[in-house]
Amino acid sequence: MPLITSLKGRKINSYIHSTWMLIALVIVLIIPISIGIGLVFKSWSLLSSDSIVTLLFSSSWKPMSGHFGFWPFIASSIIITFFAILIAGFISFFSVIYLTQYAPPLFIRIVQPIIDILAGIPSVVYGVWGIIAIVPWVQDTVAPAFGVYSSGYCTLSAILVLAIMIIPFVLNLLIEIFGTIPIALTEASLSLGATRWQTIKFVILKKAFPGIVSTMVLGVARAFGETIAVLMVAGNVVASPKSLFDPAYPLPALIANNYGEMMSIPKYDAALMFAALLLFVVVLIFNLFARVLIVRLEKKYY
Amino acid sequence: MSFIKQIIPSKSLIRKSEEGIFKGIMYISVSIIFFLLIAIIYGIISKGLPALSWEMISSVPEGGFYFGKGGGILNAIVGSIYLALGSTAIALVIGLPVALYMNIHLVNRTKFVNSIRFLLDLLWGVPSIVYGVFAFSIMLYIGARVSLLAGMITVALFILPVIIRTIDEAMKSVPRDLLEVSLSLGSTKTETAYRIFVRQCMPAIVTATILAFGRAIGDAAAVILTTGFTDSIPTSLFQPTATLSLSVFFQLSSPVEEVKARAYASAALLTIIVLIISLSARYFSSRYNKSRIK
Repeated sequence: MPLITSLKGRKINSYIHSTWMLIALVIVLIIPISIGIGLVFKSWSLLSSDSIVTLLFSSSWKPMSGHFGFWPFIASSIIITFFAILIAGFISFFSVIYLTQYAPPLFIRIVQPIIDILAGIPSVVYGVWGIIAIVPWVQDTVAPAFGVYSSGYCTLSAILVLAIMIIPFVLNLLIEIFGTIPIALTEASLSLGATRWQTIKFVILKKAFPGIVSTMVLGVARAFGETIAVLMVAGNVVASPKSLFDPAYPLPALIANNYGEMMSIPKYDAALMFAALLLFVVVLIFNLFARVLIVRLEKKYY
Repeated sequence: MSFIKQIIPSKSLIRKSEEGIFKGIMYISVSIIFFLLIAIIYGIISKGLPALSWEMISSVPEGGFYFGKGGGILNAIVGSIYLALGSTAIALVIGLPVALYMNIHLVNRTKFVNSIRFLLDLLWGVPSIVYGVFAFSIMLYIGARVSLLAGMITVALFILPVIIRTIDEAMKSVPRDLLEVSLSLGSTKTETAYRIFVRQCMPAIVTATILAFGRAIGDAAAVILTTGFTDSIPTSLFQPTATLSLSVFFQLSSPVEEVKARAYASAALLTIIVLIISLSARYFSSRYNKSRIK
C-alpha cells in the first residue's frame, strides 16, 4: 500500500477501501441466499408439477417419461452416510480419548501432522485409492467371505472410502472439543481419588457429550455432500441397495454424472437442481443443528 | 467395614479390565489411522510412480492419448495451478476485506459479527457440488460457456468461508488496544486495517491462503460443471480448462491399462503437490492454531 500523505488523499483512500470492504461483506452475505433462491427457482418446474412426497419417496426414476422419484438416491446417500459416520465416529472417538487423555504430548505432535495430511488429500485421490485398494479387497476377500459375488463397486466400498475420508475431519473437530474441557475438572476428579478411566467416563465424556454429538452431525453433513470419491467406487446403479454388496447411487453422484445430458431431456435440469437443493438444505440443517449445539456448549462452560 | 473391603477389590478388578478393554480399542483405533496414512500414501505412490515420466509432466495430450498413445498431462497441471491461483486470489480480494471489516468497522457490533461468523460456518459445510450446480445454472441463464473464469469464480465462492474464518479467527485475537491506539493517533480505519491488522495477522493470512489453495487444487466436484475439460493449455480466461483431479477421474474411467496407469501417476502427482502444500501450511501456522469451530 503506497504511502499517501495528504489528508484529503488519505480520506478518499480510506473511503474507497471501506466501501470495498462493505461491498465484499454484502457479496458474502448474498451468496447463501442466492444459492437457496436460485436452486428453488430452477427446480420449480418439478416442484410445481409433482408433490414433494412423490419426489422424495417414489422409486420410479424414468427421466424420459418424466418420472422423477429420488428415493433410490436418497436411500443410497442415507445408507452410505450412516455407516460411514458409524465407522469414522467409532475410530475417531477412541483415538481422541487416547490422544488427549493417555498419550504423551510428543505423540500428539506426531499425530497432528498425520491428521492434517489425511485431511488435505483431495477427494479424487481417495477415490483412486478406493479403486486400487478397497474395491479389489471387497471383491476378492469380503464378498466371497459372505458367499456373495460383488464387482467391488458397491455400497460397502463407498462406505469404507467415505469413512476413511471423514476420519481426519471428525478427529480434528473432536480434538478441539476435548481441548475446550477445562483441565481443572480432570485435576479435581483425580484428586478426589477417581482413576483415570473413571475421570474419563464420568467427567470428561459427560462434559464433551454435546460436542461429540455436534461433531458427528457435522461429519454427517460432510459425508452427505462428498461427491467424487463416492462416485468413483459406488457403482452407480439406479436402485435402492438391498445389501451392502449392491451398487449404490448417492445424490451427489447423480448430479456429477448427469449434468451433461440435462438439457436434452425435459425437466431433467429441474430434477438435478432439485437434487442439489436437497443436498444444500440437508447439509445446512445438519450444520445448523451442530453449530447451535456448539454455541450452547461454549456458553455453558465459559 | 468388612463388607466394603469385600466389595472393593472385585469392583476395582472390573474397573481395571474395563479400562483395559477400552484402552485396547483406543490403541487399535490410533493404529488404524497410522495404517491408513501409510496405506494411502504407499498405495498411491507405488501405483503412480512407475508410470510417472518426464514426458507426462512436460507435454500435453497428443492424439489418441486416452487410448494409450503418447503425451502428458501438462494441460491439467497448468490448468489446476491457474485455477487454484485465480480462485485463491479472488477469494483473498473479497475475503480479506470482509475479515478486516468484521474486526475493525464492526468491532462494536458483536451480535451482528457473530451472526456473520455463524453464517460462514454454515457455508463452510456446503459441498462443492452445490456451488458447481448453482454456478452452472447461472452460466446457462446468462449463456456463458464452461471456462477457466467460471471455474475460478465458483471455486473462489467455495473457499471464501475458509479464508474469511481462518483470517477472522486470528484477527479476533489482535488486542483491542492496538486498534484504539492506532485510531487515536489519527490513522484512518483503512490504514489501521492494512498497516496494523494485516501485519499482525500475516502468518494467519498466509496459512489461510495456502489452505484455500490446497482445497482449490484438490476440488473436483465444482470444476466438473464449470471449467469443462480440454487437451490444450488455456490461453485466455474464457477457454475451458483441464484440471488434475478431473484428469485423474477421466483417465481412470478408460478401459485401457496404460491410461489407467497414467491416472495413478496423475493422482500421485496431485498427492505430492497437496503434501507439499499442507506441509508448508503447517510450517507457517506452527504458531497459529486455527480453530474451525467456535
